Amino acid sequence: MQKAFMTKLKSNKTLKSNLITFGMVIIAYILMEILMAAGILSNLLKGLLVPLCVYAILAVSLNLTVGILGELSLGHAGFMCVGAFSSAFFSKCMQDVIPIAGVRFTLAIIIGALSAGLFGILIGIPVLRLKGDYLAIVTLAFGEIIKNLVNILYVGLDENGFHFSTKSSLDLNLSENGTVIIQGAQGITGTPHDSNFTIGIILLLLTLFIVLNLIHSRDGRAIMAIRDNTIAAESVGINITKYKLMAFSISAALAGLAGVLYAHNLSTLTALPKNFGYNMSIMILVFVVLGGIGNIRGSIISAVVLTLLPELLRGLNDYRMLIYAIVLIVMMLFNWAPACIQWREKIAYKLKKKKIVKINGKEA
Amino acid sequence: MSFLKYLISGISLGSVYALIALGYTMVYGIAKMLNFAHGDVIMIGAFTTYTICSTLGLPPVIGVLAAVILCTFLGMGIERVAYKPLRKAASPLAVLITAIGVSYLLQNIALLIFGANTKAFASVVSFPALELADGSITVSGETIVTILSCIVIMICLMLFIHKTKAGQAMLAVSEDKGAAQLMGINVNGTIALTFAIGSALAAIAGVLLCSAYPSLNPYTGSMPGIKAFVAAVFGGIGSIPGAFIGGILLGIIEIFAKAYISSQVADAIVFAVLIIVLLIKPTGILGRNVQEKV
Repeated sequence: MQKAFMTKLKSNKTLKSNLITFGMVIIAYILMEILMAAGILSNLLKGLLVPLCVYAILAVSLNLTVGILGELSLGHAGFMCVGAFSSAFFSKCMQDVIPIAGVRFTLAIIIGALSAGLFGILIGIPVLRLKGDYLAIVTLAFGEIIKNLVNILYVGLDENGFHFSTKSSLDLNLSENGTVIIQGAQGITGTPHDSNFTIGIILLLLTLFIVLNLIHSRDGRAIMAIRDNTIAAESVGINITKYKLMAFSISAALAGLAGVLYAHNLSTLTALPKNFGYNMSIMILVFVVLGGIGNIRGSIISAVVLTLLPELLRGLNDYRMLIYAIVLIVMMLFNWAPACIQWREKIAYKLKKKKIVKINGKEA
Repeated sequence: MSFLKYLISGISLGSVYALIALGYTMVYGIAKMLNFAHGDVIMIGAFTTYTICSTLGLPPVIGVLAAVILCTFLGMGIERVAYKPLRKAASPLAVLITAIGVSYLLQNIALLIFGANTKAFASVVSFPALELADGSITVSGETIVTILSCIVIMICLMLFIHKTKAGQAMLAVSEDKGAAQLMGINVNGTIALTFAIGSALAAIAGVLLCSAYPSLNPYTGSMPGIKAFVAAVFGGIGSIPGAFIGGILLGIIEIFAKAYISSQVADAIVFAVLIIVLLIKPTGILGRNVQEKV
């Protein structure tokens, strides 16, 4: 049985690569848990564990749109925003109705992911007709609209049901024992603190499972065919709209999942340009491109490295973001510039040649 | 009466957007890249003028000239160091991310030199305000200068592109780099020239933006940069009259949305209009429709 598995592993490259990805996450998790138990981890780093999971999930999910579907999306933070607010809203309402945190959080995850996925479909239908940079700017626009609308949304609850307003909490006309749940720019306060590192890792593994399975399925191959040549894909009978929408909405739903994790890690959830604006979308895109477009494992690694880098440079105070920017530019040039790639290949070839000479020398 | 007032301030804001969008659209037309650092070049231009005029006390003309010269070289330098090596990269996204890196870099350099505090930018315009309709509407000197300079610059750009050899070379490069090179056009030089002109326009736009809205900090350029990008797409990216029309329309829509609907959702309305325009005409108002060949 074990032998059969080993031979299968040797022959099946995809399975091996997937297992390495899963293994990497699990080993990182065990390592962090050991460090935490030993008390070596600083408080700063402990506080970063859940955000690291959030960013990794976001990077993997955006890679589905950018790397596998081949469309540039700059509105990923918008879907995260939808997931975060819908799930936090649910958790806040159900705090007294469902006292068991596990059940409530599971339902919150489902609601967050589904509502973000639904937004993905709604936005995807018109947007996916566009191409390239036009698609990028429209997704950016949708992300900003979502953030803006959340900022003016007021929702309250009393015995007569929900009240909505776009002006202020006074306009909700709540009865005496009603409560305001979403307070416009002040967002949602008092969301139950349900996320932790373990749940974050479980959600990351779930995301990986969904994305990796999708990529290696028949549907995934259809999506990649659309990326490589839309016209050829259409001519062999692939339903372009269906598969584009499928990839886009799954990507959005997974971003919503990250939003759920994010929302339940904070006591106050507000939609600021910093966390749900285009800057955030761009940051996720940076993770994806630096990690390798279409490379899921690379996305996780670069999300972790780029999130930790500014924190590790904290000792440099004012210079840390400057160094971060320079490192980003240099890494991009090193990874992508044709001249650099040639130079790297030359060095690799020289090293290889030396090895061959060595082996040959021994033989002689 | 208030309608006319809003219209004028809309056109004024729109002219600034149009100026930035002109630079954006030229760079996009030739390099086919979204230059995310363009907004930060605006900020650098404004800071240069601020340093020379407010800190050193020199006359505004020198300040503006210095900003234009510095930004021209900055734009060419960025292109040479960060964008040129990636021109033939396997994915067009690589240069986009590098542009984001350059944007962070410029913001943080400004942050280190000038600090995060918002500075009050002294207007460089000493043009008298114009009073219309018996003083019920005042058009500020900044507005007049902004609108006039925007129109003048657009006409100059059109003349430059259609009447000079360098301009024709730009058109050729934006059409087909390989063919242009075969015709003996210096492609690298033409692209560098485009970045130089785009960045010089950004410097002027920065000075005018901060003269009209006198607050300056290292992040001043990023939102106008994004808005100008929207304006360029709105009018049809790559088209110079398109950038002008897109910029003016965007400014008017933004001011009207702020005045008549709500200042909080003004940005959302601007973006919603963009989405509607692109869904009806996917290449923008004046964009060319390129036929897809199988």
